[in-house]
Amino acid sequence: MPAIQSPATEEVHPDVALVARAKAGDTAAFEQLVRQYERQIFRVAQHITQNREDAEDITQDAFLKAYEKLEQFQGNSKFSTWLVRIAVNESLMRLRKRKTSKTVSMDEDVRTEEGSIPRDFAEWRPNPEQQYNQAELADILRKTIQGLPPGFRTVFTLRDVENLSTEETAEALGLSVPAVKSRLLRARLQLRERLSRYFRQKQEGQPA
Amino acid sequence: MNCTDLLSHLSDYFDDQLTTELREEISEHTAGCQHCRVVLNTTHQTIEVYKGNEIYEVSPGLRERLHSAIMAKCLAKR
Ligand SMILES: [Zn+2]
Repeated sequence: MPAIQSPATEEVHPDVALVARAKAGDTAAFEQLVRQYERQIFRVAQHITQNREDAEDITQDAFLKAYEKLEQFQGNSKFSTWLVRIAVNESLMRLRKRKTSKTVSMDEDVRTEEGSIPRDFAEWRPNPEQQYNQAELADILRKTIQGLPPGFRTVFTLRDVENLSTEETAEALGLSVPAVKSRLLRARLQLRERLSRYFRQKQEGQPA
Repeated sequence: MNCTDLLSHLSDYFDDQLTTELREEISEHTAGCQHCRVVLNTTHQTIEVYKGNEIYEVSPGLRERLHSAIMAKCLAKR
C-alpha cells in the first residue's frame, strides 16, 4: 500500500513530480520542464517586448532564474503560472531599460480612454481569414497588438492568446481579478477597433 | 439593459461567466440594437482570430538553439 495517496478529487499536476525531482538535482526533470514551456515563455516575451532578440534573452534568463529559485517554488500555484510571472517581470524590466526616460509597469497606460466607447460599427463578417492569406493576416495581427499599451497587451496575451484563466493571469501579473477583467475588456475593445479599421479598408478596397 | 450595461458585461459574456438571466438580457438588447450586435460579433471575431493564429511561431531551428542556450546557462550554475 502506498503511504501517500492523493484523493481522487484532487488531481496532482504532473509538473509537481518533475519539480520535486528537479529540486533534488535531477537535471533531466528540469530539462523536461524547459521543453514543455520554452515556446510559451518565448511567445509571451515576444508579445510583451515586440522584439525577437529580447524575447530570446528573456526566455533564457527566465528559465535560469526559475532554476536558481526552484527552492522558493512552493507549489501553491501551477509551475507554468510561476514561470510566466518570472518571464513577465523580465519582459517589463527589459521594456523599462529600452525606454530610459519612461517607466513601464503594469500600471502604465491604464487610464487610456480609447476603446472604452466603441466607435467603429462596421461588420467584418464572414471570418477575415477567408480574405487574407496567413502571412498577411499574421502581419495585421502583429501590427494591431503592437499598438496596444504594454499593460493591456500583456493581459490580452496571457488571457486570449495563451489561454490562461482570469485567476492565473491575475496571479502571473500580480494584479487583482477585477483589474485583469477591466484591462481585458479595454484591450479587447481596442483591438476590435483596430482590426475593424483594417478589415473595413479591405472590404471597401475590394467591392463585391 | 442599455448599451453601457451591455459593454460592462461583454468580457464575462465571452468568458461564459454570466447568469442565464443576464445572457437573455443581452440577447434581447442585441436583437433591437444593431450597434451592440456589431460590437459583440466583431469583438468575438477579434478574440477568435487571435486565438486561432500563432503570430509568433517558434521555428524548430530557433527552438533548438534556444533550448541549448537555456540548458547551458542553467547547468553552468550548478
Ligand atoms: Zn446597444
